[in-house]
Amino acid sequence: MESTSRQFKDNARTALRDENLQGALKRLASGFPERRLEAAARLPEFEALRDQARGIKNHVLDNLDYYLEAFEDRVIESGGKVHWCDDAQAARQTILDICRKTGARTVTKSKSMIGEEIAINDFLEENGIEPVETDLGEYIIQLRREPPSHIIAPAIHLSKDQVEATFREKHQDLPADRVLEEPRSLLEEARGKLREKFIAADVGLTGANMLIAETGSNVLVTNEGNADLTYSLPRVHIVIASLEKVVPTLEDATTILRVLARSATGQEMSVYTTFCTGPRRPEDLDGPDEYHVILLDNGRTELLGSEFQEMLRCIRCGACLNHCPIYRSVGGHAYGWVYSGPMGAVLIPGLIGLGEAHHLPNASTLCGRCEYVCPMRIPLPKLLRSWRQRQFERRQTSNVSRWALNLWAWFARQPALYRLLTRTAVSVLAMFGQSGRFNALPLAGGWTQSRDLAAPQGGSFVKQWADKQFFDQVNNSNSG
Amino acid sequence: MKMGREHILNKINEQLGSDEPGRRGESIARMRIQAHDNNLMPGRGCINEGSLDDLFSVEAERVTTTVAHVDNMDAIPVAVADYLSARNLPSAVRLAPHPDLLEPDWEADTLLSVSSGIADGEDEVSVTRALAGVAETGTLVMVSGPETPTTLNFLPLNNIVVVRRSEIKGTYEEVWAEIRSRTESGMGTPTLPRTVNWITGPSRSADIEQTLLLGAHGPQRLHILIVDD
Repeated sequence: MESTSRQFKDNARTALRDENLQGALKRLASGFPERRLEAAARLPEFEALRDQARGIKNHVLDNLDYYLEAFEDRVIESGGKVHWCDDAQAARQTILDICRKTGARTVTKSKSMIGEEIAINDFLEENGIEPVETDLGEYIIQLRREPPSHIIAPAIHLSKDQVEATFREKHQDLPADRVLEEPRSLLEEARGKLREKFIAADVGLTGANMLIAETGSNVLVTNEGNADLTYSLPRVHIVIASLEKVVPTLEDATTILRVLARSATGQEMSVYTTFCTGPRRPEDLDGPDEYHVILLDNGRTELLGSEFQEMLRCIRCGACLNHCPIYRSVGGHAYGWVYSGPMGAVLIPGLIGLGEAHHLPNASTLCGRCEYVCPMRIPLPKLLRSWRQRQFERRQTSNVSRWALNLWAWFARQPALYRLLTRTAVSVLAMFGQSGRFNALPLAGGWTQSRDLAAPQGGSFVKQWADKQFFDQVNNSNSG
Repeated sequence: MKMGREHILNKINEQLGSDEPGRRGESIARMRIQAHDNNLMPGRGCINEGSLDDLFSVEAERVTTTVAHVDNMDAIPVAVADYLSARNLPSAVRLAPHPDLLEPDWEADTLLSVSSGIADGEDEVSVTRALAGVAETGTLVMVSGPETPTTLNFLPLNNIVVVRRSEIKGTYEEVWAEIRSRTESGMGTPTLPRTVNWITGPSRSADIEQTLLLGAHGPQRLHILIVDD
């Protein structure tokens, strides 16, 4: 997918003015976080399970090559094929080759972030094969030719009126008098349309929430059941997954599943959790004849062994998006590439380059809520700071920021002068800010445009500290 | 794609460094897979056998599954007919070709029109046979096989699932142990059935304005018959 991450600031400005989007983000903010809290409260072991889930992934990442080889062995033993792909181009071509060999005309697809990463839909279309997204949200945005704006709720940015308008425009056999006002009628319209596609499809393309080294299986998690119709009806099942999705055993997958849905939607378990292993067996009545797994690198190995390795623990639950004040203000599209929110701001620079995504690590208040809710305990604020540090080292930070930081650093090394200056600044600000806050300040327009700046109360930090030390000493000597 | 494979594996090895006792190495990975130890299991599911089916029902009903009990397999046809007529649902049902479902006398006991086999996309009601239930979250475990095709779990709008009381376990791990004992071939690792489905409630979507709707692609109604014998 082409990135517009460079235009983050413009994207964000547009998003803040988009009333539909702002309404949708308000619904998101009140929904998922509350349900996550309820689910966590119902499971006393939740925090301990998060620790174990982190431990499992850390262990896998340290032994990634061995687990991938074990996984491949098991896929081959069960009659499937593994295709190792270095980048998006290799993965696209491999998928196209399999489709051509099958003589495929229609490919049904369940939601996959890797599918977005390699922009598989456009590629299949260019080559005369019709890709059909089957997750309701993905289907809607495919009709609108938009990227997803949330990992697990891809059409979160749309209102039902927009969905209705989309169906009326794209479903040409839809009678004009058909009532499509309620979400239920929209769902039924999509269900009917997609039912035909499921039955007609030659190839089913799914992602993978996990791969299991022990059994050579892929795990699929959905609430709609669309992934299950995607792999069980066509002749060929293709799984696309990035390298870090592998876990050692069924038990390890089970532990991660216990924290995944609770973190994502606040469900105890998603409705459908599926383990697919190889093609159908000779005695089976249904299921695909062929099973292919595309193992995609696309920049992951570059993160291994680096300070960003921890990002590869991510299980794409979306909890950090749901809790992020920035995501909740600007939505997913502003980030300009496949991923968004705190996990996107860390992962995107790693995958498409810090130059292209230079705004994203700065699109954070470092409030820490993302780390607090991450089921895999990824230290997202720390990783965002690491990117910022790299930017500074590579001179990718703006001249104004560099100049200001250097100026500050110079003053900070002259304690007497620094104290004098801060003391003066504090008393000047306190004098002008007698109402307790500023709603406009020279050089701080970026801040005061959307919120007030508190006026300083009391002296500078250094002065308050010194005063406290003095009082403590006096008190101690009095009591002694 | 040979180039891809070697290149990727070499790159991983390069980035992670050489083996390190206790942390990294082929034998470490192999041993973990062979041991397949249980991790922490929530206390909720680790209760005595007598109360498992109660917990199972409570958890299933939390996710809008409905649950009923029957005395034995012979009582299934009547229970299915009652369920369908109470909700004014169609009287044609597609059965999974499982002996427990084929043996009862559907024609003598009910007016239902009954067929068996895979789903054809037109079926409104399916009756299927679970391998197990998991009380922890009211989850059904279905496996693919000649007697239990996968499509019946997903294509019909109404799904009725039969499970024996003795098949309800506390945790998912107990069901993995059960599946392992069936398929483990001496030294080797298990060969899972082509498809294992955990099903926790009827199909749903909240993709339009976060409004929760049942019956997105899979069944809109999920009904469980627990056989008490």
